[in-house]
Amino acid sequence: MSQIKSVNDFVVKFANVNGSGSASANEMFARAILRMGVPVTSRNIFPSNIQGLPTWYEVRVSGKGWLGRRGGVDLMVAMNPQTWDKDVASIDPGCYLFYDSSRPIPDSKFRDDINIIRMPLTEISNAAYKDPRQRQLFKNIIYIGALTQLLGIEIEVLEKLIGEQYSKKETLIAPNHQALRMGYDYARDHLGDACSLTVERANEVGKRIFVTGNDAAGLGCVYGGATVAAWYPITPSTSVAEAFAKHCRKYRVDAETGKNKFAIVQSEDEISAIGTVIGASWNGARAFTATSGPGISLMQEFLGLAYFAEIPAVIIDVQRGGPSTGMPTRTQQSDLLVCAYASHGDTKHVLLIPEDPRELFEFCAQAFDLAERLQTPIFVLEDLDIGMNDWLCEPFTWDDKRVYDRGKVMTAEELEAGKTFGRYLDVDGDAIPYRTLPGTHPSKGAYFTRGSSRDRFAKYSEEGAVYQDNMQRLLRKFETAKSLVPSPVIEKAREKAKVGVIYFGSTAPAMREALAALAADGIHLDTMRLRAFPFSEAVTDFINAYDQVFLVEQNRDAQMRSLLVNECGIDPARFISILHYDGQVITARFIIAAIAERMSLTSREAAE
Amino acid sequence: MTYIAKPKLRHPGIPVNKLGFTHRDYEGSISTLCAGCGHDSISFAIIQACFELNIAPHRVAKLSGIGCSSKTPDYLLGQSHGFNSVHGRMPSVLTGANLANKELLYLGVSGDGDSASIGLGQFVHCVRRGVNMVYITENNGVYGLTKGQFSATADKGSKSKAGGFNADSPLDLVSMALMVGATFVGRSFSGDKAQMVPLIMAAMSHPGPAFIDIVSPCVAFNNHAGSTKAYDFVREHNEAVNRLDLMEPRASIKVEYAPGTTEEVALHDGSTLRLSKLAADYDPFDRIGAMNYLQSRAAAGELVTGLIYMDNNAKDMHANLNTVDAALNRLSEKDLCPGSKGLAAYNASHS
Repeated sequence: MSQIKSVNDFVVKFANVNGSGSASANEMFARAILRMGVPVTSRNIFPSNIQGLPTWYEVRVSGKGWLGRRGGVDLMVAMNPQTWDKDVASIDPGCYLFYDSSRPIPDSKFRDDINIIRMPLTEISNAAYKDPRQRQLFKNIIYIGALTQLLGIEIEVLEKLIGEQYSKKETLIAPNHQALRMGYDYARDHLGDACSLTVERANEVGKRIFVTGNDAAGLGCVYGGATVAAWYPITPSTSVAEAFAKHCRKYRVDAETGKNKFAIVQSEDEISAIGTVIGASWNGARAFTATSGPGISLMQEFLGLAYFAEIPAVIIDVQRGGPSTGMPTRTQQSDLLVCAYASHGDTKHVLLIPEDPRELFEFCAQAFDLAERLQTPIFVLEDLDIGMNDWLCEPFTWDDKRVYDRGKVMTAEELEAGKTFGRYLDVDGDAIPYRTLPGTHPSKGAYFTRGSSRDRFAKYSEEGAVYQDNMQRLLRKFETAKSLVPSPVIEKAREKAKVGVIYFGSTAPAMREALAALAADGIHLDTMRLRAFPFSEAVTDFINAYDQVFLVEQNRDAQMRSLLVNECGIDPARFISILHYDGQVITARFIIAAIAERMSLTSREAAE
Repeated sequence: MTYIAKPKLRHPGIPVNKLGFTHRDYEGSISTLCAGCGHDSISFAIIQACFELNIAPHRVAKLSGIGCSSKTPDYLLGQSHGFNSVHGRMPSVLTGANLANKELLYLGVSGDGDSASIGLGQFVHCVRRGVNMVYITENNGVYGLTKGQFSATADKGSKSKAGGFNADSPLDLVSMALMVGATFVGRSFSGDKAQMVPLIMAAMSHPGPAFIDIVSPCVAFNNHAGSTKAYDFVREHNEAVNRLDLMEPRASIKVEYAPGTTEEVALHDGSTLRLSKLAADYDPFDRIGAMNYLQSRAAAGELVTGLIYMDNNAKDMHANLNTVDAALNRLSEKDLCPGSKGLAAYNASHS
């Protein structure tokens, strides 16, 4: 059987049983390759389950630095009998299957076009350990040791990582080192040159960090000055709130008094969570909630209130597969419309759409400035792929001169000086009125906040003209938002392009790789990465500059297309939708195939 | 409701409190509720309580949900910020407001539909969390604004004005509040100002979740024979367990006492609560006893009113969350942002 050879360019997939302790061992494997200066990305494909169901961990090693999911498998570490058939079938021809050969598996269960690497992991582990839990946990480390040897990873790097991981539980270091060696030695002595995939030390990682989006989001909220968080547990957003709590414990406990400069409430449901955020923001604190699709559905009425009563709020939506419970542990970009037009009645909301954890960190911090400046809900739309997977991204930066934009809040001094206060009065021409905070002044500036119609001075009114005046101002305020939200990132191809591509969010790394591959085949495309809603002029201009525009989205209904058609008045026929919505992370291969097919069709049509 | 605007002139001899405010300074817009509505009496009692307690009106935040009762914050404390939120969700908004600034007095005004039906979940969880507030339900057993449907507090067997019969069991918000950890629980009747005012004052002096259920007849839809929330019915079945008087350092309020024993309780804010017992064996500091008493009197068809329970060592949500002394909404970048130094450490630990 011929062996596929590859240096620093392959995909390793671990097939495990959920709850078997494989996650931390697998993650250490990925980090070890990074420490050797070779870029990797990893993706956790996990079930909605705590113990027993199948789970996969996919590591893409890419010396060239492609960070999207590639698709295909070069080395399958098959540790889960439940998924054996599917796992074996997914291996690329000429590639490798590594499995636990302690129990015999009939020949019919293998393929003859792949290389089989057998290792009696259970036997080795059972011989070395008595305790059943230890047998299981160390088995994971043993296979990592074997892979270290097979792929040429420096074992010292792994030993150091183990030391770091257990720096607070030192007694665990030696046994883990021992298990690692056990696997390493076995592979050296028995497996020889069974695998021609190799990791070679390089210098391609630089200062980049390896981090999950949800951790970055929690940190972004700390940096953005959030003091109140209210949330309800829901996959895949739970780790945002947990990260915020963790970072607050580190950065926000007053050194002198031991008291907290933050408040976190685990609400009874998402309705309560957004209500608490609205109450806190109304009262001048920076507040946020983190949720996913079903939570957004529950928050609709309150989101309409915040829009209409003009109350800041930050909502981090970690999108998952919908509708309904859908695929709670799979990724999608399918909450665009439900967020953009959340609530009954006429509403429009600001969306920020980050491409990776670094931008997510930045957008979370920025969201509080925008929420207070615009006095309206700001949605940060990330997804499960960004949120729950470790991404290799540029280190985070912060300008220490940066000050928070607290928006238009009239102070006691201004009120005392006789400045006119009308809660819904547009004094600056940007349609953003001034607000006052409760308790500011003994006799001036108090007003009644309500979700019902009122005049410019916050007095209840059901007059048609008064209502329309306010609704028109809200529209103008949304115009103002266009100049404040992050602008799209437009990149021109090396050669003049007739066709453009629009993409956004977690599609970015796969898109970059696809563009490079397409360019190598002579297909040149200009690109625009959308980063926010509302759309600025630049968005419309980009679309109008091309005969046709591909629009890559991770949902079934081309929701971004609907939004662009609706808001920019564009003929829907100008868009060619590329839709990926099976819940798996989108790959460069998928995008390349879709674009190449359409491009060759188009050129053929042109030829005819 | 009346269409006559309130005169701007005031009598020169009108009484002022220690802060120099008159009653008028605690009033709000003119009520749009029906003439004779119990809710207006409650609004007046709240105004009176704030006046007596020398509370600066702008240091109160008044919040409500949706319904007749939830309109009333507009009719009191015109110098306070108000928030008329969405139906049944005032408790979460109040929770957030309180988190942002612990220095204000939070007054939640709600009704039986708003708190016992659509908002039951938020009501109990807000109380559970120990939010420092005064939460008043103006309880009339019906939906007024939608013209007379039963609410969840309507007693089983009640007759609606249109002749309907309520077959469902009632929810008692007082029992519910006791069960989920309210540290001040009272019940009153909108027709009994002498009981309401000191009860509201005591609740406002309480440093934890204070709940008062006030039976407040709906003159338009639930004040007929066969209703247990009608003026006549409540007067006949009202069983006050005590009378309160909150004294010193403020002026005491005159309360008509029925004979009985009197107990004085020192409150943490320096004032003294004088309790005149009307039911000799009733101890408002015994939570379990209070729950038992309520159930047995309810079974006898009586409505227990007065101070039902108080924990004089109450802690609130901020104490549970160990927040800093300063209001969170006043913290600045310096307090909140770890800056580039913090990020350097973060980046280093993620490589």
